[in-house]
Amino acid sequence: MKPLNSIVVETPPSGIRRFFDVASRMQNVVSLGVGEPDFATPWRIRESAIYALERGYTTYTSNAGLISLRKAIVQNIEERYGVSYSPETECIVTVGVSEGVDIAVRALLNPGDEVIYHEPSYVSYDPTIRFAGGAAIAVPTTAADGFRVSAAALEAAVTPRTKALFLSSPCNPTGAVQQRSDLEQIVDVAVRHDLYLIVDEVYDRLTYHGVHTCMASIPAARPRTILLNGFSKAYAMTGWRLGYVCAPPEITEQMLKIHQYTMLCAPHVAQYAAIEALQNGELDVRAMVTDYDRRRRFFVRGLEAMGLRCHAPDGAFYAFPSIASTGMTAEAFADELLQEERVAVVPGTAFGAGGEGHVRCSYATSLAQLDEALRRIRRFLERRGCLPVGQDGRPMEVQA
Amino acid sequence: MTAILDILEQDSHATPDRIAALTGLPEDVVRQQINEWEKSGVICRYKTVIDWERAGYEPVHAFIDVSVAPERGSGFDEVAARISRFPEVRSVFLISGGHDLRVIVRGADMKQVANFVSERLATLERVTGTQTHFLLKRYKEDGDVFFEVEADHRLMVTP
Repeated sequence: MKPLNSIVVETPPSGIRRFFDVASRMQNVVSLGVGEPDFATPWRIRESAIYALERGYTTYTSNAGLISLRKAIVQNIEERYGVSYSPETECIVTVGVSEGVDIAVRALLNPGDEVIYHEPSYVSYDPTIRFAGGAAIAVPTTAADGFRVSAAALEAAVTPRTKALFLSSPCNPTGAVQQRSDLEQIVDVAVRHDLYLIVDEVYDRLTYHGVHTCMASIPAARPRTILLNGFSKAYAMTGWRLGYVCAPPEITEQMLKIHQYTMLCAPHVAQYAAIEALQNGELDVRAMVTDYDRRRRFFVRGLEAMGLRCHAPDGAFYAFPSIASTGMTAEAFADELLQEERVAVVPGTAFGAGGEGHVRCSYATSLAQLDEALRRIRRFLERRGCLPVGQDGRPMEVQA
Repeated sequence: MTAILDILEQDSHATPDRIAALTGLPEDVVRQQINEWEKSGVICRYKTVIDWERAGYEPVHAFIDVSVAPERGSGFDEVAARISRFPEVRSVFLISGGHDLRVIVRGADMKQVANFVSERLATLERVTGTQTHFLLKRYKEDGDVFFEVEADHRLMVTP
């Protein structure tokens, strides 16, 4: 047989997959490995979807999505960030943000074009860019900088082939939130080198410290920004597969072609549910954010008390502690923790080489589970003599 | 500070240390605030939510809508207070609509509740009528759901 597509063949499967396979064969696992809310979709949203099904909204919608949903989306962005988009020509409803990433890079890139992104970051950016024929250039971020990316670091990676900068804030897996001043400098870089800005802001509603800055709200960024967002995280709607893209019409026009030939449209029922989410879901979002914030404080404090240094994650629902105190690699730590204590975390290296020395722990799980996870991690560290030692020479008590 | 009340309302066992970890407030501030609220009556008392049916008991509850001829000077208050003093009465509300008071009564069995209504409640001076609704099944009460909660359908590890 003739060889398959070489770019695809050479792409390794997601590092997360292996942990999933091992963990899902075990009993009694406390999983901190889940990258989605532990809340079910708020009932009012599910109930509207049921109603939509009852009324027979089971057909295709227009390629770009229901106009009533697109109107609600752009109105929400305008109210929240003061940026206006045309619902007719500047907004496409996508099958999750993942599709948004795909059609954005496919619309922008010619073979060999480079996209600079920061790492550690979400697992799909690098492969999606390469599947589109582009080159994914990673700029590392570090714990010392709170995993925020600097304009200088991005600019240093710019070459004549660079087409776009790809940012995600708040960031999965680090929880880092870019400050407005940082973003303004990054926009300057984009303007200076005539680069597009692709921004994944799917965690925009989940910030606990300061406010999220929408990239497009910076005036110089607006004409060159492809804004990606969705319903998965804010409204706990991961399985509905619904996201959206907002960008200038000359870009969405091209993106829409890929979307219409590959996806046709996002699921009709999910679009109805999303209208309800935008119109009446605000209190649900706030309640979930309050809950995440409490668990975040509780869990980070618990990790710190065990000597696992953890920069304060300002957004998303992940802690990304350093495991330097153990001297182990991220992969070995995650493997042995799962085998010995049945706690599933994801090695930082699954999110790029820059994630070495860290593991991602999702705190989107119940307090009881977080309690149990902290107990088990403590036992794991104690066996290895890795707990911080108090003045009496004995391992210190966990403050959890 | 309302976060402290919010957490205690969900879990009256939450210790000041735990509340401090959840809110980021200093532990002694939490402890002091709770003391103050206990003294001032903001925190009335600590209760436990019990699913009595699951525990094997089946007390009978009834919602009784009561029509009252209000009194000059005190309106409904005096009658409502009088009804409230019976230990089998769990709640008393003044409501709008066809009746005036909604009373929730708990008894060991139907007969006990029926006796209470006919002999105690209906015979009170100024009570002009009652309508009794027996509780058949409890689905949700004060925010607590009494049917099977949804399982976590998430995969063990996802990106």
